[in-house]
Amino acid sequence: MKTNHNIVLSVEDLGKKIGKRDIVHHISFDVKEGEIFGFLGPNGAGKTTTIRMLVGLIKPTSGTVRICGHSLSADFMNAIRHVGCIVENPELYLYLSGRENLEQFARMLPDIPSERIDEVVDLVELTPRIDDLVKTYSLGMRQRLGIAQALLGNPKLLILDEPTNGLDPAGIRELRNFIRRLAKEKGISVFISSHILHEVQLMCDRVAIINQGTIVQTAAVQDLMQQETLVEWDLKPATDGRDRLGQLPYVSRVELREPSKVIAQMPRDKIAEANAHLAGGDIQVSGIRAHHPTLEDIFLELTGGPAHDETHL
Amino acid sequence: MTKLIYNEMVKMIRKKRLWVIALILLVLIPIFTYAQYRTTENAIKQLGTSNWRAILQQQIVDQQNRLASARVPEEWKSYIKLSIQQNQYYLDHDINPAAPGAPTFVRKFAEDAVSLFFPLLVVILAADIVSSEHAGGTIKLLLTRPVARWKILLSKYITLLFSVSFMLILTIVFGYLLSGIIFGYDGWSLQVMIGFNQQGEHLNVDHVQLIPQWKYILMAYGLAWFSCITVATISFMVSVLVKNTASSMGIMLAAVISGSILSQFAPNWSALKYLAFTHLSLTEYLEGQPLMLDNVTLPFSLAVLTAWSVVSLIIAFVTFSKRDVLA
Repeated sequence: MKTNHNIVLSVEDLGKKIGKRDIVHHISFDVKEGEIFGFLGPNGAGKTTTIRMLVGLIKPTSGTVRICGHSLSADFMNAIRHVGCIVENPELYLYLSGRENLEQFARMLPDIPSERIDEVVDLVELTPRIDDLVKTYSLGMRQRLGIAQALLGNPKLLILDEPTNGLDPAGIRELRNFIRRLAKEKGISVFISSHILHEVQLMCDRVAIINQGTIVQTAAVQDLMQQETLVEWDLKPATDGRDRLGQLPYVSRVELREPSKVIAQMPRDKIAEANAHLAGGDIQVSGIRAHHPTLEDIFLELTGGPAHDETHL
Repeated sequence: MTKLIYNEMVKMIRKKRLWVIALILLVLIPIFTYAQYRTTENAIKQLGTSNWRAILQQQIVDQQNRLASARVPEEWKSYIKLSIQQNQYYLDHDINPAAPGAPTFVRKFAEDAVSLFFPLLVVILAADIVSSEHAGGTIKLLLTRPVARWKILLSKYITLLFSVSFMLILTIVFGYLLSGIIFGYDGWSLQVMIGFNQQGEHLNVDHVQLIPQWKYILMAYGLAWFSCITVATISFMVSVLVKNTASSMGIMLAAVISGSILSQFAPNWSALKYLAFTHLSLTEYLEGQPLMLDNVTLPFSLAVLTAWSVVSLIIAFVTFSKRDVLA
């Protein structure tokens, strides 16, 4: 099999069955070099199970995980060597100091000089407290030590499970900037799971949305939001206007809301074109409003979240 | 591999487990020393003499009285009879079996501690060696390194063996230094008798021989080490299987204690001889006092303990390498 050097993590048809229950199934995606990839899903969708399969804590019942071309199941050592991870909370040895923790992990990696420890400690700005016991650290500091630990072996892929859990807004922003910088400056790919949409929207380049154990969509965050732009048209006569909009190939959905309001799902950059098309059909356009959808809207639509539930109630 | 073992040693020391063991020994050894001192004193007072021959004779009288009592079961009677013959032998050959001195204390301590006290200390060391990684969530960090799982487990096991050995050495050193304050530090070359052999109702004295006490102590601690290693290995397996430190410790304590009670409680229940925890008092073979159980020999006991260790290790390694880390 040819290995694509730009693809750092390649997941193919990954599945896990426990007993008769499919926890996750048919998970496939690729993470490219230097990319921040979001893994989004509600609680219980199978995010953590998938992440644990990516780092070898859980053995998949089907499918393969390749990291830098090495199969995780067949060649665990060479695959996992390129990975730094925090699975759930950064759980460290509380009775050791920050430095002793890092030394523990350094001894489990091939050839980590002690300068590398100073380097990562400096990177996460823990230098003044590194010789204190981890017991005395705040959650934010533990999180940073966790990241230092993950970066120790110069990984090509950083896997972070819910990294912003328990952090305050300032801490979240700090982490976000830090991760962006890592990806941009060091070319490290980052795989981040989250159930906080806003986070993913701000941090990630691409996103996979998982629901009930399977991926419902994978796309660049920009495309996802572009494709889902809702444009509200004030038209007269509205029904003719709706039909005429519906003829356009790039309008994916159109519906009549109020007597003179038509909602169309379409790319933003096609609004002028659509306007001209309507004018050509003798339809009066008295207002155009583009809605900026948040990832949240898209997410709820894709996962059939609360918005839909409400209509059923 | 040495780096992994070094890691585990750091954790073992920084978790302060070894300090707890040292502290327990530092508190208990003086108490045992004082207790033994009082016992000796009392016996002397009762007999009105410090003559050990008188004490030994008194012991024989006591044992004969117990033998005469109708409430003592048959199994115990033959055991007491053997004990009397043994004491008689000491008297006849003018050997003081309890000649005081720190080495004698160290020897006695091993014999008394091997069935319950040492196993309890071992459980303190072993019970959380794997389960604490689960409880603290650090198992996820360990298993996502480029290191094979079996190597991680092996490094933990080797660390445990080191710690158990260290614990026994600590016992000898503390026992010698502390009890010597009262009993004096002499007695390494004292002659001790070994090789009593039980043949039916009779005490076979054909193979009885005298050896210097230091040799006896080495042998006693060697056997104690063997039974401690078995307890450590079983405890190690429990620690792999049970992810909660408290339950892991609880299970092991229950097993050790019930093993020690069962062998006294139902000595003629023959299935008991296949349980590991009824064979912990290996040092009894040295002195020649047979175990409570019927028809067991030193090789049989060693075989039972080895079998339990091997099976435990296999279960521990297979489970640890295959298991999904779900929480």
